[in-house]
Amino acid sequence: MKSSAGIPLFSLVAESVAYENTVALKNITLQIDRGEKVALVGPSGAGKTTLLRTLYESVEGQPSFVHQHYSLVPQLSAFHNVFIGRLDQYSTAYNLLNLIKPQKKAMQEIVPILQQLGMEEKTFDKAGALSGGQQQRVAVARAIYRGADILLADEPVSSVDPHQAGTVMELIMQNAETVVVSLHAVEFALEFAQRMVGLRDGEVEFDLPAGEVTQMMLAELYRNEKTL
Amino acid sequence: MLRTSLVFVAIALIALLLADLEISTLHPLTELSRLAWGAITPDVPALWGFKSALLNTVVFAVCGTFLGVVLGIGLAFVFRFLPVRLFCAFIRAIHEIFWAFIFLPIVGLNSTCGVLAIAIPYAGIFAKVYAEIIQESDRGPLEGVPRASGGLSRFVYGVLPVIYADTKHYTGYRFECALRSSAILGFIGLPTLGFHLETAFREGLYSEAWALLYAFYILIASLRYWLKPRLVALYVAASFVLLSKTITVSWENIVRFFTYDILPWPMRRDGFYDGTHAVSYVWESIPSWAHEIFVQEAWEGIGNTVVLTQIVLVGTGVFALISFPVACRHFSGKIINRISHYGLIVIRTTPEYILAYILVQLWGPSMLPAVWAILLHNGAILGFLTSNNADLVSLRVDAPQRRIDRYLYEILPRVYGQFLAFLFYRWEVMMRESAILGILGIYTLGFYIESAISDDQIDKVVLLILITALLNMGIDSVSQFVRRRLKISTKLVTSS
Repeated sequence: MKSSAGIPLFSLVAESVAYENTVALKNITLQIDRGEKVALVGPSGAGKTTLLRTLYESVEGQPSFVHQHYSLVPQLSAFHNVFIGRLDQYSTAYNLLNLIKPQKKAMQEIVPILQQLGMEEKTFDKAGALSGGQQQRVAVARAIYRGADILLADEPVSSVDPHQAGTVMELIMQNAETVVVSLHAVEFALEFAQRMVGLRDGEVEFDLPAGEVTQMMLAELYRNEKTL
Repeated sequence: MLRTSLVFVAIALIALLLADLEISTLHPLTELSRLAWGAITPDVPALWGFKSALLNTVVFAVCGTFLGVVLGIGLAFVFRFLPVRLFCAFIRAIHEIFWAFIFLPIVGLNSTCGVLAIAIPYAGIFAKVYAEIIQESDRGPLEGVPRASGGLSRFVYGVLPVIYADTKHYTGYRFECALRSSAILGFIGLPTLGFHLETAFREGLYSEAWALLYAFYILIASLRYWLKPRLVALYVAASFVLLSKTITVSWENIVRFFTYDILPWPMRRDGFYDGTHAVSYVWESIPSWAHEIFVQEAWEGIGNTVVLTQIVLVGTGVFALISFPVACRHFSGKIINRISHYGLIVIRTTPEYILAYILVQLWGPSMLPAVWAILLHNGAILGFLTSNNADLVSLRVDAPQRRIDRYLYEILPRVYGQFLAFLFYRWEVMMRESAILGILGIYTLGFYIESAISDDQIDKVVLLILITALLNMGIDSVSQFVRRRLKISTKLVTSS
């Protein structure tokens, strides 16, 4: 991947985003190159979701995306929800057919992903009937199945059991060339990301290689944060 | 909300003063006892002779609903455009029987007429309700669907699964309504259940009439056992096959209807009398033609329709407010709950047209039978719904012990907004019914439309139906305005 490094994929210059009266992002300048694995960290309300959205909108071709609230169709099975990830790559006729009867090819591609996430037994369970952690793993599977070069993930392991969260993180990091993931828990950021961007109140507090982030910086970033 | 309610009560009281509510039959009680006797001695064997009418009732309802759904889905996708919304409001403002009157000169008194009479207004209703369901559905799931997936793929994966349950439920409910529509279309001569019901009542064969009514109740009550999503395709296919034997469409009739029949009489008069059927373009006489219809018929019809509507609007509300506690778990025991629940379902299942027909036989044609028929049918629907909602309220342990206190302080305040919203929602339905019951000899718009049909004055029929539709659309917008002003919605807020 070294050959491709250095080519900017995302490039925000003095970007600000405001919703009604609240400012979500203030004057953000950020460049992310192809091949980077970036973690966005910071307290709730820091603007991580807005930044991910802004990144998503700024590139063409629609990256894979893991939504914070999963955005699953509760009435459809886990299998179909994962298949949704690639709807735009098949013909409407194939999509319709697969809705009525799951197609072999789609099965062969989707079941292994669910298997890696420990979800193969739930393949044909309705998403709405799954637990929060299971739904989140389906959302991750959908993004992986989409298979875009860029994967954006918004708190993708917030509901996953602690003992599985590591595996899920690993899969997210492996399955796309460039990954930007927002994380509330810093330990995963330190473990899986090469670069960490610390956000607070819509501003970048630090932007460093993961190895150079100190406990002091993190304590400062999360100051006054009420832990539950 | 209270003030608005009182204003409507005052309007209804004034309307009561204007309404003709007399009983004109000589022996209403004798007739009633014969009717009651018929109820306990239904002539079940006679049903065998009516099997094709029963089958037709179902076939018309299946085909009408199916076409309505297909057209409705198409319209729902473009519902955001104002002309489409107005078009849908217009076609659903015209009652099935009036649609049948319109199709009668075009296709004749046959299955095609029956199916279209159901399909057209239902398409307007489906379009509106489907569009509302889509609009109010959860958009979250659609976020996860890639944007470039193509409209149909996005819809079937991201929207359809989310709205499926609601749409299925509503379509099922509408099919039940279509069975009622189909049955009453028989009263104007189509070969469904109503045709034989009318004959039986007219000839005083009450045992036969009750057998038909019971058959209808059983048909509706058994819906849940045979109306299965996976069987729908089969029913639709079978119904269309049965129907195809009798389908007749004459191009000539269609052309004649639009280029001759509906033209105002002054344009046809000369050609009619000299036998050439030529059309003369006497534009200047059209205003006086319309004016004459207005002064002589429409005005009186509109007045009576509005008077009747305002009485039944309040009557329905009063009936529902009195009946719902009986069926509600907070006020009476389980056995009474069950009985009143089924009681309300039975009243609700009886088409108001049939109720009115029976009451006219008993009391003679005045507003009285119409008031009771519309009030009972709608009141039962509203009472049933309100009691279901009241059942959802969980009362605290120290809630008032006396039922009247409980009713006024705990339950009614919680369900009143939704009750009122639903009552106003049905305002337009009540007006449609008020107009149609004119066919039974009450001087609402339907009376004048029916007379024009009998006299073969298609131009007048079309004009009067147009007036009725506009009146309906007017009431519908007033109803929406009132609901918006009171900030009430048919959705129940159960919390707190």
